[in-house]
Amino acid sequence: MVELTAVHTDALSVGTKLSDVVRGPISRTTLALFAGASGDHNPIHIDTDFARAAGLPDVFAHGMLSMAYLAQLLTGWLPQAQLRRWQARFVSITPVMATIRCQGEVAELFEEAGERRARIRISAGVEGGAQTLVGEAIVALA
Amino acid sequence: MDRSLIGRTWPDKQYRITADALRFFAKATGETNPVYLNEAAARAAGHPTLPVPPTFLFSAELLAESDGFWIEEIDVPLEKVLHAEQSFELDRVVYAGETLTIGSRISDVYDKKRGLLEFVTRDVTYHDESGCRCALLQSVLVVRHG
Repeated sequence: MVELTAVHTDALSVGTKLSDVVRGPISRTTLALFAGASGDHNPIHIDTDFARAAGLPDVFAHGMLSMAYLAQLLTGWLPQAQLRRWQARFVSITPVMATIRCQGEVAELFEEAGERRARIRISAGVEGGAQTLVGEAIVALA
Repeated sequence: MDRSLIGRTWPDKQYRITADALRFFAKATGETNPVYLNEAAARAAGHPTLPVPPTFLFSAELLAESDGFWIEEIDVPLEKVLHAEQSFELDRVVYAGETLTIGSRISDVYDKKRGLLEFVTRDVTYHDESGCRCALLQSVLVVRHG
């Protein structure tokens, strides 16, 4: 039986943290599966020979793989229908075998388009390493 | 990159989202929420069938049948391209079984660091079978020179 995570929006305040989502380590198998499933066949993510010929030490993970993890951070917290808009900047490359931690925090509560909304600051980063994605999401509060 | 690329559009593409494609995507992204993995769980949570997770829309554009890959068509070498930013405006949740019409347009081209970094912004819209917009995605890619 499924239970969507209940969000007690009355109890939300600036600074409220979402439950972290941790995914990985991102193996070469993960990258191969994601290439197929996502339709992004750029060899820079799956072919070490190609990556080396382009002057890189190795393949690296698709940015959109971590953005999918960030989506899970949000849709694991509240129903997807309440997600109005969101964005992220890809600030550094995600190396192969990285474990990714996604975090979110309520940054602002406001009214827009006749509904109560929250601005969620979101980020993804390599466990024990650099931030890789930073962004924000605007969600409707039921 | 030529600024005359601004305004360039591509022919609309059609893509039918199957439950199989969604399950493959869920597996590849380590999804654990049963709503995205299992139709019975999706229905129990009030959905008609499997919902399409937000970033799968980005993939739908890549997975749709197409005559070519737009990055190669504008003569940018793939190994020099990085995804810089991605945004989503979501009008409603899309479900397995729907066919989307996907249109794309380059909305901006600019550079930084005296042309060492070139940026291209591309807007991609998704409409359902009744002609209503479901989503607008905007991608900024950076091309690194030198």
